[in-house]
Amino acid sequence: MRASPDGGTHSESQNPMSATLQTTAAAAETMSGAEIVLRALKEQGVEVIFGYPGGAVLPLYDALFQQNAIRHILVRHEQAAVHAAEGYARSTGKVGCVLVTSGPGATNAVTGLLDALMDSVPLVCLTGQVPTHLIGNDAFQEADTTGITRPVTKHNYLVKDIRKLAGVVHEAFYVARSGRPGPVVIDLPKDVLIGQGPYHEAPTAPHRSYRPQREPNAELVAQAVKLLKGAKRPIVYAGGGVVNAGPEASRLLTEFVRLTGFPCTNTLMGLGTYPSTDRQFLGMLGMHGTYEANLAMHGCDVMLNVGARFDDRVTGRLNAFAPTAKKIHVDIDQSSINKNVPVDIALVGDAGLTLKALLEAWKASEQPQHTGALADWWTQIEEWRGKDCLRYRQEGSIIKPQHAIQRLYDLTRETGRDTFITTEVGQHQMWAAQYFGFEKPNRWMTSGGLGTMGYGLPAGMGVQIAHPDALVIDIAGEASILMNIQEMATLAQYRLPVKVFILNNEYMGMVRQWQELLHGGRYSESYSAALPDFVKLAESFHARGLRVTRPEDLDAGIREMLAHPGPVIMDCAVAKDENCFPMIPSGAAHNEMILGPDQEGGVKGVTDEGKVLV
Amino acid sequence: MPAVPTMSDNNETKLRNATIAVLVDNEPGILARVVGLFSGRGYNIESLTVAPVDEDRAISRITIVTSGTEMVIEQIKAQLDRLVPVRKVCDLSLEGPHLARELMLIKVVCTGEQRAEALRLADAFRARVIDATTASFVFEMTGNGDKLEAFTALMRPLGLAEVVRTGVIGIARGTYSLKA
Repeated sequence: MRASPDGGTHSESQNPMSATLQTTAAAAETMSGAEIVLRALKEQGVEVIFGYPGGAVLPLYDALFQQNAIRHILVRHEQAAVHAAEGYARSTGKVGCVLVTSGPGATNAVTGLLDALMDSVPLVCLTGQVPTHLIGNDAFQEADTTGITRPVTKHNYLVKDIRKLAGVVHEAFYVARSGRPGPVVIDLPKDVLIGQGPYHEAPTAPHRSYRPQREPNAELVAQAVKLLKGAKRPIVYAGGGVVNAGPEASRLLTEFVRLTGFPCTNTLMGLGTYPSTDRQFLGMLGMHGTYEANLAMHGCDVMLNVGARFDDRVTGRLNAFAPTAKKIHVDIDQSSINKNVPVDIALVGDAGLTLKALLEAWKASEQPQHTGALADWWTQIEEWRGKDCLRYRQEGSIIKPQHAIQRLYDLTRETGRDTFITTEVGQHQMWAAQYFGFEKPNRWMTSGGLGTMGYGLPAGMGVQIAHPDALVIDIAGEASILMNIQEMATLAQYRLPVKVFILNNEYMGMVRQWQELLHGGRYSESYSAALPDFVKLAESFHARGLRVTRPEDLDAGIREMLAHPGPVIMDCAVAKDENCFPMIPSGAAHNEMILGPDQEGGVKGVTDEGKVLV
Repeated sequence: MPAVPTMSDNNETKLRNATIAVLVDNEPGILARVVGLFSGRGYNIESLTVAPVDEDRAISRITIVTSGTEMVIEQIKAQLDRLVPVRKVCDLSLEGPHLARELMLIKVVCTGEQRAEALRLADAFRARVIDATTASFVFEMTGNGDKLEAFTALMRPLGLAEVVRTGVIGIARGTYSLKA
């Protein structure tokens, strides 16, 4: 056995890639590595690739230049390329594709890759690499890309042998989109891109080792239905897994919730999987979720989690999470089961197929439902809903951020256009989740797991590329937007009419809010000093700039933004000291929620244990 | 995939040892992937061994000895299982009776009566002498961890100079076989 430099037990001539190689006797067509990559991308259905050129990937750019099947979108920073591909993927259900160069190109992509990993977004990211004979020599723009990206990808490859190139590209797409989706990196040394090698079509045989379970266990489905039928205080808690399972899964979720008469709540990632205007929808749950959703989670006796992962933003203090509930967890990822919260029934499988199985088993079962208890449960929920936890008062001469989002939602709906919302990260993101409603999946793109400021603008770019005629709005904060503001140039170059709607409170609002609530109001470094003039900034990037400061001008501003055919930055000055409520402080339970000043119940303190949490 | 057992309160804090066998594709980076998983998620590794085990050296078998609560060990297995190059994950400690062995090479530097005593003890422990000089022995010994540690402790006052151990490898008893 020969140990390879990266610690593997690999021996070059005996690598077991043969399953993907499909060394069929038929003479494979020979072409350059770059051509092999592009041909494989085309075979995998790639239409758009987001990228930024550099020395190590010049052969690929040369091959791109000589074809028309794949469109390349030139971003202004590699992180933005990844977020754009995420927006593209999340809004279409396809695998997003990224192309960056070696060294800094690859390291700049790392944040985006982890963002995609945590939010389960299928991506394939091609990175350039120095030629194989220079690997390990600290060559110019060399980075140990597979080493650096190993913990931020679902899987990664370094292709050292051109004979394996086509097989690796096909396998990367399979891995990215199968099971729980995620980002996959293919590191491509320049000599491999230049050399000549055989092209292999995508294999039809099952993958040798990675075969995620899609169909749930029928016996466990029957057990789950028994538990659900016997529920007196049920709740359905649906997350991003339902989005990833395709639009049919959202339809099945809606059918299931309506058939059962159960209340339904969504995670941040799951918004749009159940129509927000439906009476059975309780709104988002979790740290900034609604009063009714969180109390229903706390008080339920049977919980059906579909495609969510009991994230800490959702559960609050674990030992006080849904203490009386029997829990059913539907997840395609076995490792999500019993990770944070022990469950009673685990249904490992695709969310859509599992919902279908649950529906069938529910219809087939003759066990009666506790309709009386369910009616009482709804009475209780309506009482909680009566608290109107998202109420705010728009008065005086300052625009409340909640009001700005509410008006944006209302006026957007008036246009009747298919609307896609992206966000940055912070207070504006939570207000968008609370006040903007979604009727369909794939319309809401936000950085949930990683919480990446600077996500929204490039993600919006990717969405607009996929849906040229749709209305795409990035709901942003004045701090977050500056993290990838250079992408305004990309909007201009490709005439992408993305609308950037900035809630400008001159603070990193969520940081400021935590400093107010947890750190004695010492606003350390959270003030957005020296802000640009966003109107001039927009104009310098060939976009329309608008600024609104008074409530009476808000509607006209939004209408003007929506009506403008090109990209717009709308700088909307909002109340500087507004906090995002309701809020479950870190370390608190669902029933220890802080409500806003307009609701009864004062602001409670945060425990010492809570302070160490994020 | 078997149904995940329901967790009850009492095994949320109780630690147990687990010997986990993992069959993987023998490809670059797989060991880094496994080790990175353990360090990145804060799991223990008490020992880890790896070598190719099939005819064409395409499959390696990794044996990991770890400890944690039942919930953590379930996590470790699920996290290992979802790595793309992983073919099979088996918790030997759960599958039934299994054998666990380790190889140790141990150097003792001594003369006179101590030298004779070292040799007598080695004989009692069925350690083999694989190198000898007038002032030293190297013993080779296999067994479970307890036996190796007992022998090491006996050698310490006799002139223990150096110890090297492979870490544990394990296999199930009986006809059950782990195949890729």
